[in-house]
Formats: sequence, structure tokens, C-alpha cells
Amino acid sequence: MAFSIYDFSTLTQSIHDGLSSRLSPTGTLAMEWAIVGIVILLFVAVFGLFLVYAERKVCAFFQQRLGPMRVGPWGLVQTIADFIKLLMKELIQPARADKFLYNLAPFIVIIVTFLAISVIPFAKGLQAFDFDIGVFFVTSITAVGVIGILLAGWSSNNKYSLIGAMRSGAQIISYELSVGLSLITIVIMAGTLQLSGIVEAQRAGWFIYRGHIPAIIAFFVFVIAGTAETNRGPFDLAEAESELTAGFHTEYSGIKFAFFFLAEYVNLFIVSAMATTVFLGGWMALHVGNLEGFNHVMDLLPPVFWFFIKVFFVIFLIMWFKWTFPRLRIDQILTLEWKFLLPINLFNIILMTVIVLLGWHF
Amino acid sequence: MNNLVMFFILSGLILVFSVMTVLTRRILRSAVFLLFVLLATAGLYFMLDYMFLAAVQLTVYAGGIVVLIIFSILLTSHISERAAMAGKWPMIASAFVVLLGAGVTLYTIYSYVFKASAEPAIPSTMKSIGSHLISYGEDGYALPFEVISVLLLAVMIGAIIVAKKEVK
Repeated sequence: MAFSIYDFSTLTQSIHDGLSSRLSPTGTLAMEWAIVGIVILLFVAVFGLFLVYAERKVCAFFQQRLGPMRVGPWGLVQTIADFIKLLMKELIQPARADKFLYNLAPFIVIIVTFLAISVIPFAKGLQAFDFDIGVFFVTSITAVGVIGILLAGWSSNNKYSLIGAMRSGAQIISYELSVGLSLITIVIMAGTLQLSGIVEAQRAGWFIYRGHIPAIIAFFVFVIAGTAETNRGPFDLAEAESELTAGFHTEYSGIKFAFFFLAEYVNLFIVSAMATTVFLGGWMALHVGNLEGFNHVMDLLPPVFWFFIKVFFVIFLIMWFKWTFPRLRIDQILTLEWKFLLPINLFNIILMTVIVLLGWHF
Repeated sequence: MNNLVMFFILSGLILVFSVMTVLTRRILRSAVFLLFVLLATAGLYFMLDYMFLAAVQLTVYAGGIVVLIIFSILLTSHISERAAMAGKWPMIASAFVVLLGAGVTLYTIYSYVFKASAEPAIPSTMKSIGSHLISYGEDGYALPFEVISVLLLAVMIGAIIVAKKEVK
């Protein structure tokens, strides 16, 4: 089996050939679904746990502490231990909750994150679905995720949960606009909505460099709006522990709480991966103009590593926000979106259109 | 074969959840079942390789309208509320309307000759979406586009009037 870490399409093709030579077309399809599902499931679990660990470490360093150090070397196994603890906890259900919706809500939230991950190009050929409207699909599927949060808050039959869910919902719906518009700014340049096409269009240079001023503005808007959409600090007032206990997931325990918790961190990954794919060149290596030698050295690192280096850069940026800025009030959050980010964004789209039409980009 | 199985699964979901939407007495559950109906419809569009329409279905119906419905339910109703059972005459009247609607729909579907097309799906590139949206020729959406923008403007003015505080 020919396999190269630089191009995953040979691997996926050989798996497909191997399966179709042994199974019927239907069987092949079912097997491929199962493989993709298991891979994404494993990725979500492992990466989510790692992000929780990373968050605790980053937070600790910002506060001049060491963070988890006891379980495993540098506390690496800490989050796995925490997760086992969560799995063994009793599942408590409020007596007067709407049982069906209460149990459904965490699944909606986690399924939406799976769907969003399935279109992200991790490396050349390493992408579960390559829709011709990939960018649009990601923004539309995350719009469904908010329903899970609203249902969780309402069905718990708890005032704190309800208020938390309403705040979360209002915030996510508002910031969806900025996320979508800042992505559209780059789509104008790329000329395609397909994620693999967007990455391919950045072979000559990352969009944040080629689109200069409007692209940089769009990148900042996207990172701010993405932070708000994942309900992370400084926009985490929906779960402001001093006033709302834990917001919409107050009444959840054990594995169902773990679903919300995991989904939050995986959403952080999705936002960073979208920022990477659309603005920072996806899995493309860092190339500088005509410096042949430098470009060759950069090409030695496989694309999948480049992807994760950039993703971790954006994740670190967003974690930096959380542990540096004080939490905003709900009116400040909505003002920031509707009175600042949205007008900036609309103006930015016009600016980008003019630059593309006049050919002023690199 | 695969497509047929998927079609029956999706249309089965649509049928079951449509019925459950109107039969449940808890209003938020009914909104959630409606969401499932809309998601399954998006699945049908995905099956037809019409990704753009599927994503529009997800954004506008699942992400927009259902969220709006859920928001208004969250603001207005309590979890313990149940819809009252309808009386005898409203039940008979609605059964009559349902039968009439089903009859008209079935008659239209069975009297129309559907031509199967073997042509591959046209990829919805940015260029084709954009040019169709503002073209006023055949297959153009310029008129609906403009009508919707006028409607949205009216809605926006209405919302501002409703939300504006009265000057005392």
C-alpha cells in the first residue's frame, strides 16, 4: 500500500479500492461511513481532551502558576482522569424537566460539531466531504447548533438555565452574521466556496497576505466573532458562574455535561481551523516569494503538521483573549456586534470588492 | 439502490415527524419535530447533489425560522403548559381540510408526467449563484430578490417602530 504523509489521497484511494474489491458498492459505502465516523469520533475525543489540558496549562502560565502537574508527566494524563471521573458520575435529571428534550439537547450540540469537522481539509486529500459550498455549509450547520443550547436551557426547567440559554442564543445568532460576512470577504477573493479550492487558491500566498488591508480586518473580525460564537471568555457571560451558576448546562451532569464541555472545545477547534483554512493558507507551507532554498526547507514539513501549527497558533490567540480581557456585559456584547463589527464588516466587503475588481491584491 | 434506501429513510422521517409535529401537545416539542422535518428535507436536497439548496434550507429554515420559533416559545410559554384538546367540530373541520389538501396534492402529483434527467448536476459555483441571483432573463431571480429586499426593508422599519421607546 503506497502511502505518503504529503498526500493523503493515495491512502484514501487505496482504502477505497481495497474495500470495493471485497465488498459490494453498498457495503463499501457503509464501511466508509463507519470508518469516517469512527475517525472523527476518536479525533473529537482525543483532541477535545488535549484542548482542555492546553487551556488549563495556558491559563496557569498566564497566572504564573504551573497548572496540573501531578497526574503523569507535566500533568498530561490529568484530563483523561477527569474524563473518567465524569463518565462514572451519576446522571441526574430534574424531576419536572421535559425528559425528551432534556436528553436530546446534548446530542444536537455534539452532532453539529461532528458535521462541521467533516468538511475541514486537514491535509491534501484528508477531508471527509468536499462540498462545492463548503464555507456556506460550515456557517449553516453551526446555525443549527444554537438550537441545542436553547433546548437545554428550556427543558431543564430552571431559571438560571433559561436566562443562560437566552443570552447564549442571542449572542450566537448575532455573531453568526459577522462570522459569515468576514468569510464572504475572503470568498470574494478566492472566487469559490469550496474549502479545498480555497486552500488551493492560496498556493501563491496566504490570503491574509494577498488581500492585505481588508483581509487583515476580516481576520480580526472573524477571530473576535468566532470567540463570541463559541461562548468563550471574554464573551462567556452566558455561563457567568457568579450570577448564572453555569448557564444553560447547570442541570446536566456526567456524560451529558461532558458532551457540552467537549463540544465547546471542539467548536474552538472548528473556529481556529476555519481561520486557518480561509485566512492562513490551510495546510500550505509558509513560502516567501522567490527564496527557493527557504521554500524547499519549509516543504519538508508535511502539510498536516503545517495545518496543526497554524490551528494551535489561532487557538493560543483565542485562549490569550480569555485569560487577559475582563468579561463583557450582555449589552456591551450586543453593541460590539451590531454597532461596530457589522458596519466594519459591510464596509470591508465593499473595500475588498473594489480591490479585487481593480486588481490591487498580490 | 443506495439512493432508494436513503430516500425511503428520509421520507419516512419527514412523514413521521410531520405527524408528530401536529400531534404533540407540548409546543416546544412540536417545534423540535418541525426541525427534524426540515433537516430531513435538507437531506433530500443533499441526495439530489444540490448542495447549495440544502445549505440554504439549513440556514434559513433550521437555523433561522426554527430558532425564531423556539425563541418566541422560550419567551412566552412555561414548561408545564399543554395545548388543550380540540373540540368535536374543529376536529371534523380540520380532518376535512387535511383530506382536501392531500387530495389536491396527490391529484397534481399523479397527473403530472415527471421526466427523469440523466444529466449530471451543475456545480453551484459562486459565479453561477451570483449571475442567477441578479439575472432578469430565464432562470433569473432578480424580481424575487428585489421583492424580498423591499419586504425586508418594511419589516426593518416595523421592528424599529415597535422597539422605539415613546418620547414622554
